Amino acid sequence: MSFWEYANPVKFMRLTGRLLPFLSVLTGICLVTGIIWGFFGTPDDYKQGSTVKIIFIHVPAATMAVSAWFMMLVTSLVWLIRRHHISALAAKAAAPIGMTLTLIALGTGAIWGKPMWGTYWAWDPRLTSFMILFVFYLGYIALWNAVEDSDTAADLTAILCMVGSVFAFLSRYAVNFWNQGLHQSASIAVNKEQHVDSAYIYPLFLCFAGFFLLFVTLVFIRTRTEIRLRRAAALQARNT
Amino acid sequence: MLALFARDLKLAFRSGGGFGLALAFFLIVVMFVPFGVGSDLNLLARIAPGILWIGALLACLLSLDRIFQLDFEDGTLDVLATSPLPLTGITIAKAAAHWVTTGLPLTIAAVPLGYLLNLPEPAYLWLCASLAIGTPALSFIGAFGAAITVGIKRGGLLLSLLVLPLYIPTLIFGAITVTKAVDGIDPMPTLVLLAGLTLFSVVLMPFASALALKANLT
Repeated sequence: MSFWEYANPVKFMRLTGRLLPFLSVLTGICLVTGIIWGFFGTPDDYKQGSTVKIIFIHVPAATMAVSAWFMMLVTSLVWLIRRHHISALAAKAAAPIGMTLTLIALGTGAIWGKPMWGTYWAWDPRLTSFMILFVFYLGYIALWNAVEDSDTAADLTAILCMVGSVFAFLSRYAVNFWNQGLHQSASIAVNKEQHVDSAYIYPLFLCFAGFFLLFVTLVFIRTRTEIRLRRAAALQARNT
Repeated sequence: MLALFARDLKLAFRSGGGFGLALAFFLIVVMFVPFGVGSDLNLLARIAPGILWIGALLACLLSLDRIFQLDFEDGTLDVLATSPLPLTGITIAKAAAHWVTTGLPLTIAAVPLGYLLNLPEPAYLWLCASLAIGTPALSFIGAFGAAITVGIKRGGLLLSLLVLPLYIPTLIFGAITVTKAVDGIDPMPTLVLLAGLTLFSVVLMPFASALALKANLT
């Protein structure tokens, strides 16, 4: 039994087909209890009021948005090194999910920022680097759609993902530099993790688990769709 | 490799292609800024470093698709790929030729254009230095984008979408260097970071470009 066995589409389909119902139910339980507990079962913050509760969506979404890119990097490397088609398809499947999570993080951050910072948007390094991540997702998805031959598309997007990761990382720290270089140091610190009270931490962990499971479930579903699309295309090619 | 470099230079000069166009585009971008924000000299002086860097970057972007596109279409690139010269060498020669025909003239043209934008006196040296050091990174990163999109019909817009995010660190360090010079702070640290970024791009990007070309040629 090796992990690489599941590079075989048939085995992958069988395994994920069995796992998906459990994953979906578990995702539902984690997300629903996590969010309900977080929204209604925790006290209001003495300073932020009830707006603090957006943390239960914002922080897991932001974490998963970055993790999704990292997962795409790993699957791209697997595709370049071992040429497993499922790997490339999983990267393709993950990209729109990662982009949506980035948007959710930016959107919920803006909603929280308006009452707290008095503005929807500030050119804070962290906000800016998320915007940059969003643009990287856009380019990656656009490249998948633009190349016609599917193997070439997989190659090119994998290379782009590798190079993009390096430059996204560079941008993340260059942006820090730019903020110190041009403005006074930021008056708003976004160090939420250190300040999370134990009343919030358990529902927050549930939401983390929920978002993680949601991501895995969606990637499985989308990868299965991609595999079926390939099969349909192969059948069509055989019949004509 | 040198022969290929010389050939690309000759083509750029004789066909009247990207060489003058990039400069003209740079001039127009800089000219448009006062139309857009007004001709207040103090305001212009403050935004001049950013405008000059963004203008140079966009002008550089404009000529990127010429690096590989024409050679790909007429089959020259296939011939080059079967030659003993590795693909990495081909991309180095072509990116270097792109820099000589785009980055270098832009660096020189930035001086009079900086004067038009009322760039303060002490910043000129640093403007030239940052552009001279930073534009090779633009050419080598751009060559990667051009290699990725070479097989795509009408890939110009996609090329911009792919390349511009990769330009962010270069733009940040380049613009900070000049801004610091304007503010009278020592710009050397950011210039050194910019130089590091350029060395990084020059050394590593040709490998990525060669990979992308190989994927596109087979």
